[in-house]
Amino acid sequence: MAESVKVEHIPSLKQVHEMQPSEILPVIDDIIAQYKGTKGALIPVLQSAQNLLGYLPKDILVHISESLHIPYSEVAGVVTFYSFFSTVPKGRHMVRVCLGTACYVRGGKEVLEAISRDLKIKVGETTADRQFSLEIGRCFGACGLAPVVMIDEDVHQRVKPSKIHEMLEPYRDAEGDGHENH
Amino acid sequence: MCKITINGRSIEAEKHATILNTAKKAGIMIPTLCFLEGLTPMGACRVCVVEVEGAPNLAAACSTPVRENMVIHTNSKRVREARKTVVELLLSEHEGDCQTCERSDDCELRELARDLGIRINRYEGEKPAPYIDCSTAALYRDASKCIKCRRCVQVCNDVQQVGALFPQFRGYHTTIGPAFTSPLDTVACVQCGQCAAVCPVGAIVENSHIELVQAALDNPKKHVVVQTAPAIRAALGECFGLPPGTLVTGKMVTALRDLGFDAVFDTDFTADLTILEEGTELLMRLRNKFLLGQEVALPQFTSCSPGWIKYAEYYFPDMLDKISTCKSPQQMFGALAKTYYAKKAQIDPAQMVVVSVMPCTAKKYEAARPEMRSSGFQDVDYVLTTRELGDLIKMSGIEFTALADSKMDAPLGISTGAADIFANTGGVMEAALRTVYFVTTGRNLPTKDLHVGPLAGLEGIKTAAVTLTKTVEAWSFLEGVEVKVAVAHGLGNAAHLIERIRKNPDEFQFVEIMTCPGGCIGGGGQPRFTTDEVRKARIAAIYREDEGRELRQSHENPAVNALYEEFLGQPLGEISHHLLHTHYAEKERVV
Ligand code: SF4
Ligand code: SF4
Ligand code: SF4
Ligand code: FES
Repeated sequence: MAESVKVEHIPSLKQVHEMQPSEILPVIDDIIAQYKGTKGALIPVLQSAQNLLGYLPKDILVHISESLHIPYSEVAGVVTFYSFFSTVPKGRHMVRVCLGTACYVRGGKEVLEAISRDLKIKVGETTADRQFSLEIGRCFGACGLAPVVMIDEDVHQRVKPSKIHEMLEPYRDAEGDGHENH
Repeated sequence: MCKITINGRSIEAEKHATILNTAKKAGIMIPTLCFLEGLTPMGACRVCVVEVEGAPNLAAACSTPVRENMVIHTNSKRVREARKTVVELLLSEHEGDCQTCERSDDCELRELARDLGIRINRYEGEKPAPYIDCSTAALYRDASKCIKCRRCVQVCNDVQQVGALFPQFRGYHTTIGPAFTSPLDTVACVQCGQCAAVCPVGAIVENSHIELVQAALDNPKKHVVVQTAPAIRAALGECFGLPPGTLVTGKMVTALRDLGFDAVFDTDFTADLTILEEGTELLMRLRNKFLLGQEVALPQFTSCSPGWIKYAEYYFPDMLDKISTCKSPQQMFGALAKTYYAKKAQIDPAQMVVVSVMPCTAKKYEAARPEMRSSGFQDVDYVLTTRELGDLIKMSGIEFTALADSKMDAPLGISTGAADIFANTGGVMEAALRTVYFVTTGRNLPTKDLHVGPLAGLEGIKTAAVTLTKTVEAWSFLEGVEVKVAVAHGLGNAAHLIERIRKNPDEFQFVEIMTCPGGCIGGGGQPRFTTDEVRKARIAAIYREDEGRELRQSHENPAVNALYEEFLGQPLGEISHHLLHTHYAEKERVV
C-alpha cells in the first residue's frame, strides 16, 4: 500500500481510507524532512501533504505541528487562512462552477445555488456520503458557452439551473448513495 | 540622541526609540490598543496613528522609530478622524452590552471610544455570531466581544510559549482562538489566564465563582472558611483605587469577616508547611545522592504553580520525576482544612466549604483536578481571583478603604515572612534556602536581611549559589557543598531554563518555576493592568510585609510545628504523603 502512495496523483478515496496511519506517517515524515529547518517550511509541507492525501486530516496536522515545532493553533491558523487547504476529505467527484464574468452574467450564480441546493452542501464542502465536493472554479476558457460547470474532467456547457439533477445523476454511485430526489 | 518635533515642541529623542515611547516620556499621550509594553509591537490595530510631515500615510506610533528632524502631529484633525474611524469600525463589529459586561469598569475599548469623543457610530457592521467557550475550569471566552487586537496571541505565544491561541480564518471571518476555533480544553492551554490579564475587553475573563461563594455564605448549614494567597494583600487595594503596592492585609481580613466567612485563614500557613515538606524532600534527594551515592532525580523543581505543572505535563514529561511531589499551598490548605481543622473545630467536613482567594486563574483548574480530593471531598471548593474578591466586596456594600485592620484566625492563619514571599519570583526559593540553610547548619542564612539578592528582580532567569559550611552532624555529608539554584518566571523563560538543564543536568540542585511574569503578584487573576512598574510595586510591598514580621522563617511557624506534633508526625510522614503530596502524568497536547 505504502508504495502506491508515492505516485504523484491523489490516491483514490478508497486507497486513503484503507491506509493505516502507520503507512501514511513515513511518507509525511519524508516530506517534513525535505523542508525542516528552512524558513517558512509550514506552507510547502502542508501543500505536499494535501497533494498526497487530498485533504489535511487532523492527525496529520498535529504530527506536522509537533515535527516542525510550530504550535497547533498556528498550523490551524495557516490552514484556515488559505482557501486552498481543506480539512474535509474531498468527494469522489469534484464539481467546479465557474463564476468568471461571462459565466456570472449568464446565470453562473443561479447554477451554483441550484447545485448547492441539490447536493445540500455549500462551496468548499463535501456531501456526507463523500460523493461530491463543491468549489468555485476559475475560468475554464469556454466563455462562449457560459455558464460552465466542470465535473472532474468533464466540461458541461450552457448549464441550466433546472437541469442540475440530471447533470449530476451519471456521477452518482448506485450503492450507498442515499440521495433523495426532490 | 536625535532631535524631533512633536506638536510644535522640540524634543530630544533616544535613537531607535519609537514615536510612542518618545511621546510618552515627553508627557504626550497617544492612545494604543494592540500594543503591549515590553513586547515587539504588532502594529495591528492602528489606533496609535500619528501624522509625520512628509510621509504620505499616517504612521503607527507604536512601531515607527523616530528619525532625526521628524516633525510629528499627534492631535491633528486627520489623526483624530483616523483614530475615530478605526474605533468606530471596531465598535460596529463588536457585540456587547456595557452595563452587564464583566469589563464595564476597566474596558479599554469603552474608554477609547469615550476618549476619542465617539458619540454616534457612523458604521453599521455585521455583528459576530455569539460564541461562548466555557470548556475550561478557569476561563470564559466570549468571542463576539473580541476585537482581534491579538494581545492574547502575543502573550500566549511569545511570553508563555504555549501557543494555544492564534488567528483562525481570514478577513471578516478571522477569529482569535485555539486551532480551528475548537474549545480551549482540547488544546495545551495551561489556564494561566495571562490572555485574560491583557485582553482589553470582555472577551476573555475568569470563570466566575462569585455566585457559588455567595450561595455558600447564604447557607446557614455551611461552615465556610477562606484562605488568601500571599499575593492578594499586595494587589487587592488596586480594585478600590489604591496605588499598586499598597498593603491591605488587615483590611482584607476585616472585609472577609464582614462578608460572612466563618473563619479567615491564610494560604501563608500552608506556604510555610510547603517549605518544610519540600525542603525535606530536597534534603532527602541530596542525601541519597551525596551520602548514598544513588541515582537521584535532580534538580528538584518547585510545584506551587499549577500552570507550570500543566505545562510540564504537556511539554516536559522528562522533567516530571524531578518536580517536587508537594501539592501547592492552596491544595495543602484544602486537604488540612477538611481533616485537621475539621476535627479540631468539631465541624463535619461534609458541611465545610473551602474558598480560596488566588491571584491566579489556573488555581480554579487545580482545585478541580481529580487528584485533589484527599480529604474525601473536593479539598478546595471554590476559587475567587483577586478581581472577583474585589467585585464581591463591592457587591456587598462594604467600603473597603474605610475598614479597620484585623488579624487572621488561628491556627490556619498563622504564618511567617517566608510565606509572604511565595508571592513573587524568587520568593519560594529564598524561603526554602532560609530553612534548608538553618536545618543543615543550625544557623540563619548569612545574607543581608535573610534575602538572596541575585534571586530578586524581574530578570527572566536568575541563578544563585549557597555553600553549606559548619554543618550540623546529621547533615555533615553536605559540608562544603555548593547548593546551586535557578529561578524562572513566565513559561517562555521556564522553557529556556529547562533546555539549559537538559544540556547540563548537574548545573542546579533546586529550581523554582512560576507560570506568570513576576510570579503570583503578576498572576492572571490580578487587578488589571499589570505592567512591570506595577509588578515592582507589588513585589516591594511583599518584601515590606516579610521584613515587618517577627518570624521570617517557615520552620519558626508555631502553628505548623503544632500541626506536626498533633497530626502529621513528621515531614514526608505517612499522613503528609496521603494529604500533602501528589503525582503527575504526561498529558496529550491536542485531543
Ligand atoms: S467589552 Fe467593553 S465595550 Fe464591549 S460590552 Fe464589555 S465593556 Fe462594553
Ligand atoms: S490561559 Fe495561558 S496558556 Fe491558556 S490561552 Fe491563555 S495565555 Fe495561553
Ligand atoms: S480575545 Fe481579547 S486580547 Fe485576544 S484578540 Fe480578542 S480582544 Fe484581543
Ligand atoms: S497600538 Fe499601535 S498599531 Fe495597535
